Amino acid sequence: MAHMDWTAFALSLRLSACTVAILLVLGLLVARSLAWREFKGKHLLEAVVALPLVLPPTVLGYYLLLFFGRESVLGSALESLTGQSLVFSFSGLVLASVIYSFPFAVQPMLRAFEAIPHSLREAAWCSGLSHWQTFWRIELPLARSGIISALALSFAHTMGEFGVVLMVGGNIPGETRTLSIAIYDRVQAFDEASAGVMSLLLLIFAFVTVSLVYVFTRQPPRHR
Amino acid sequence: MHHPDKNSGLRVRIRQQTHIPLDAELACGSGDLLALVGPSGSGKSTLLRCIAGLYRPAWGSIICSGRIWLDTDRHIDRTPQQRRVGFLFQDFALFPHLSVLDNVSLALRDVAKSERKAAAADLLERVNLDGFEDRLPTTLSGGQQQRAALARALARRPEILLLDEPFSAVDQVTRRKLRLEMMQLVRQVSLPIVLVTHDLDEACMLADSMCVLHGGKTYQQGTPREILERPNSANVARLVDVRNLFEGRVIEQMPERGITRLAWEGYQLEAAYAKEYAGGDRVWWCIPPTGILLHSRLRPSKGEKENAMQGHIIEIVRVGAVTNLIVQVSRTRSKLHMDCPPHVVTRNALQVGEHVGVSLLQRSIHIMPWQS
Repeated sequence: MAHMDWTAFALSLRLSACTVAILLVLGLLVARSLAWREFKGKHLLEAVVALPLVLPPTVLGYYLLLFFGRESVLGSALESLTGQSLVFSFSGLVLASVIYSFPFAVQPMLRAFEAIPHSLREAAWCSGLSHWQTFWRIELPLARSGIISALALSFAHTMGEFGVVLMVGGNIPGETRTLSIAIYDRVQAFDEASAGVMSLLLLIFAFVTVSLVYVFTRQPPRHR
Repeated sequence: MHHPDKNSGLRVRIRQQTHIPLDAELACGSGDLLALVGPSGSGKSTLLRCIAGLYRPAWGSIICSGRIWLDTDRHIDRTPQQRRVGFLFQDFALFPHLSVLDNVSLALRDVAKSERKAAAADLLERVNLDGFEDRLPTTLSGGQQQRAALARALARRPEILLLDEPFSAVDQVTRRKLRLEMMQLVRQVSLPIVLVTHDLDEACMLADSMCVLHGGKTYQQGTPREILERPNSANVARLVDVRNLFEGRVIEQMPERGITRLAWEGYQLEAAYAKEYAGGDRVWWCIPPTGILLHSRLRPSKGEKENAMQGHIIEIVRVGAVTNLIVQVSRTRSKLHMDCPPHVVTRNALQVGEHVGVSLLQRSIHIMPWQS
């Protein structure tokens, strides 16, 4: 009898939602400064942003364990401060997911902001719009499709994350057992039917997300 | 032409050694159009951006309508939002996601929100764009986009209009139409107008005053005619494409006759008296094409006694209402460029290779200091 692990599914959704919320703010900040500002170490930042794309998830997980583990200086400080460890916990998973999905959020946003001609922002300033108003009225609407695809991609990417979660979070039901971990768990237990149901769910989820991204990014600018 | 006094118009002084070298000084009265001319990369656009507050020079002072926009010595630097600049961008920079009306109403910051739409519609009517309120900028022609951008610039109630190569993005045919249209609109406002252009003809046609820039340095400001006929250096003469530019040497000064005598390629020329020079000085001199007279074969006229010389025509080019003649001066390596009405060419049956006599009008010869 196939068993769907709804707790794991809910956890995955919760993890993805938290990750995407943080990435929205962080991604906008980083993407805007990469697109428009010149500063020392810009190339370094670009490389760091892109690094998780090529880094094996286990390597990322290993370093997170190293820096945030109970034995590390940072980890023990954080634990005495918050009473909670970052490893084998949900907050640790969020941190790992944010780092791991960072390129998926920043790249589409960066492309979108880069596509906005500098003169448009200058025209907004000369029209009397503050930087904040320029962001809301000009930059955000023009980068809309890029931001949406950034969010959708990082959401889907976090939903399907496996290696980092296993390394940092382990397999604690309700705390760190995400859907992809649950699938792995079922396969290990020779429960192919359950693994199949859950895999199908993730497959459909990923497909819908990617399709939505295509629909949104291919849509011509709205006519009013 | 109005002259800028303390409380009207624009005065700019800017200096900077590093990054983009700048050394500029210019002034523009209210209601005047000042053209910044110079080759590409001469710093014209940077200067315009300094005025708008989009670029901050290392040292400078900018005063517009009595208000200090920049004074680095006193640490005053107003933001573009505080400066009230109507900036017309080269690519128009209309917000592509907003309708024409919204583009304009967005810049109406000091109008109450409820009245913005109506005020924007008024502005669009002023630039003859009524009926286009709901269109997106991309659906407009180049000229319409430009007028929409102008309406947006005016919505700011600007204290100055800055036009950055406004006619370079459109094709030659519409350019002439646009210029006329644009200038009629722009001239209705009594503001200082600064136009950046690399097109000298355009500058001469539109500007009250012209400022020549090269390598970030302003060399001379004056009326287009002053600059073309009396450039203050051979450098300026080259920058504004003075074609009759030659080296010479002062032979003697004759203030009593109002004459400075020059030696030039074996000829002796009489020029209008220029007191700055002494006998023996090496100089540059120039003469506008209109200062050279063609000797008529049918009946000799008065001017022919002045600096007469012989030569033969090596080129005849008709450009619009004038014909350019290039004459190789006998016994020299120099060529003279002159303009004459086409009917003169026809009446005298002028042809390439033909021998002609010309006179260089004394008062048109302008002497400039030597520089290598």
